[in-house]
Amino acid sequence: MERVPITVTVNGRTYTAEVEPRLLLVHFIRDVLNLTGTHIGCDTTSCGACTVIWNGRPVKSCTVFAVQADGTEILTVEGLERDGQLHPVQEGFWEEHGLQCGYCTPGMMMTAVALLAENPDPTEEEIRAAISGNLCRCTGYVNIVKAIQYAARKMRESATAGVGGA
Amino acid sequence: MIPGPFRYRRVSSVEEAVSLLAQLGSDAKVLSGGQSLIPMMKFRLAEPNYVIDINRVPGLDFLEERDGLLRIGALVRESTLERSPLIRERYPILHDTALVIADPLVRNLATVGGNLAHGDPANDHPATMLALRAQVVANGPKGERVIPIDEFFVDTFVTALEPDELLTEIRIPVSPPRSGGAYLKFERKVGDYAIAAAAAFLALDESGHIVQAGIGLTNLAYKPLRATAAEQVLIGQPPSDELFREAAELAAQATDPVSDLRGPADYKRAVARTMVFRALRRALERAQANG
Repeated sequence: MERVPITVTVNGRTYTAEVEPRLLLVHFIRDVLNLTGTHIGCDTTSCGACTVIWNGRPVKSCTVFAVQADGTEILTVEGLERDGQLHPVQEGFWEEHGLQCGYCTPGMMMTAVALLAENPDPTEEEIRAAISGNLCRCTGYVNIVKAIQYAARKMRESATAGVGGA
Repeated sequence: MIPGPFRYRRVSSVEEAVSLLAQLGSDAKVLSGGQSLIPMMKFRLAEPNYVIDINRVPGLDFLEERDGLLRIGALVRESTLERSPLIRERYPILHDTALVIADPLVRNLATVGGNLAHGDPANDHPATMLALRAQVVANGPKGERVIPIDEFFVDTFVTALEPDELLTEIRIPVSPPRSGGAYLKFERKVGDYAIAAAAAFLALDESGHIVQAGIGLTNLAYKPLRATAAEQVLIGQPPSDELFREAAELAAQATDPVSDLRGPADYKRAVARTMVFRALRRALERAQANG
């Protein structure tokens, strides 16, 4: 069986491994790197539970081969917290009760992080469009939208504060 | 689900891809966005021995107007189309289409070229490209070949691409003045394939008569359809709801949908009629605004 050496930077840390070409990125992240925050839901490119940010864009990691990520950067839910401080998106899901069972939450948050990087002040409609590839079967999305709005507000405020304080 | 084993070849030029394809033929599949190929491999509906990854080939992600043509490189992602001001302002029919393909996460990887090369009659870009009279550029061992879109879709999952050819570019004639297009899709939920969808493109002369018409249909036959009889009835006429209803009826008659979970064939044909009518109306609005 062919094995291919790959080097991937995940959450700022560089990993090297030899993988079978058929290894899916989500299995590499969970089973090789032991980063189990990224979930596997439908495994058929529908639900978005496995969403990670790959080279700045949210993608479904069940539909990418690990070999494709060779030499690239990935951000998973484990990379959101900094120095014991939750990322504003994580804080938003906490404060606004943006989850019940939590299964879709890591993927939902990765999509939200990418959205806010591109569009710091999204409308509700834009938020709903952005998360349309992430399925939640518990909350009906209302609190998820509120959580992302909370994060957007918080990130805008701290961006303004940063400029003011500089 | 785990795909079958395969050998992985990452290529860095079109020539390298073509030479590998010439050597491996149907033993190999080309990987661009992978959003159709990888699911098919996970279901073991596709079990290629080789996967040729073209994602690092430089110079295939161009999206520009040049020499009277809109040129879309093989590695242009649906999300790029969706965000392009050029596409939104000058080719709203393509913007309509990108927005209803799968979901935003899939669109970050899925390519326009792959949407055509997959040959799936349920995919959305084939109808748009039929309506716009696109051309597909293929590179093979004998060089470059330009395939008119009318000859491109051969059968379900079968295109005119030879096993040793790589789709490198899609060319669309730059839209003339007083022209406009629209794509309308009726789906059960976000990201689903169409129950029925229609692409319509119209160009008007100075007196407002229709001089050019294109109608493409999604998921309504064994391959993407162009509704030629419906197009013919529009040519030379002043646009009206009555005329559009007649064209929509002719387009619906040309369909051959199968009854499945998305509904019985008669229902799909009825939805197709409505989609064509509405797409023509929207195309006309855009053509009239584009004086």
